[in-house]
Amino acid sequence: MKITTKLWIGIAVLIVLSPLGLLLPEYFNANDAWGEWGTDGIKELTGYIPRGLEKLSSLWNAPMPDYAFKGWEEKGLPHLSFAYIISAVAGIAIVMLAAFIIGKILSKKR
Amino acid sequence: MHIPDGYLGPTTCGVFYAVMLPIWVIASKIVKKTLKARQVPLLAIAAAFSFVIMMLNVPIPGGSTGHAVGAVLAAILLGPWAACIAVTVALVVQALLFGDGGITAIGANCFNMAFVEVFVGYYLYRIFSYGSGVSSNRRVIAAGIAGYAALNIAALSTAVMFGIQPLLHKTANGQALYCPYGLNVAIPAMLGEHLLVFGWVEAVVTALVIKYLQKQAPELLEEGGR
Repeated sequence: MKITTKLWIGIAVLIVLSPLGLLLPEYFNANDAWGEWGTDGIKELTGYIPRGLEKLSSLWNAPMPDYAFKGWEEKGLPHLSFAYIISAVAGIAIVMLAAFIIGKILSKKR
Repeated sequence: MHIPDGYLGPTTCGVFYAVMLPIWVIASKIVKKTLKARQVPLLAIAAAFSFVIMMLNVPIPGGSTGHAVGAVLAAILLGPWAACIAVTVALVVQALLFGDGGITAIGANCFNMAFVEVFVGYYLYRIFSYGSGVSSNRRVIAAGIAGYAALNIAALSTAVMFGIQPLLHKTANGQALYCPYGLNVAIPAMLGEHLLVFGWVEAVVTALVIKYLQKQAPELLEEGGR
């Protein structure tokens, strides 16, 4: 087997394991990463929402916010884990495609 | 380590877009000269690996979460300039599609993870593995040290960006406009958690993959510098 095939299998395994990135923090009661709180979180921490932060925080409407489907915020962990895997697959498909295109443009033809 | 929209003021966002722009241009020019066609799949794999490893949040029980970036591994396998491009691709997709990292902060986030971490990790690996054989244990250790140190330097750089916001932007009554925490809070918090936990994740991940490649594809480590 070619080494690139083996490495792609490794990536596939990581995709399947990716919901651990959701479940472990939940299990161990760990919160958001430092500096990545939502506006509610920051109000809880500091007592107010910085004005500029409030304005900018809603600037971008990502199609799959937080690696989930829109409107799934209240769903349970099994649903969110599923969405997490779909996000990983979709994200990696796009990352791969972009990297291949950039690589093809930039690499030496021979 | 993905700074969201709203935490950095317009000055910081603008400065780091302006800093990254020439870096991306130089990276493209250098990669155009050095990247071989058969390395393109490796570029895609490095970008994909970085993307998925950043989704694997590691908890500090009762505290915060963090993750490895995979940038040092990319740098060892592809050289720093191609690695910069690979990690940039992952970060841009995360920001645009998944709202992980702000779009106003893409320049800043790429500076920390696709530039600082990549270059610090690359040169530390080169220094610590200098003169060692492809299959030597020193390479594995060098990869681990480079991963640990580079992620922490990137975390420090991120913390400084957060921490200077209260100095730059304040309302008349003293409230912060963007990130409300100064350097005295941001640096200990960010650096502490990365020194204690997340840096080790990057170290182990980087070292294990290098160990695996020593057995499976040592040729990838030979041309690592190019």
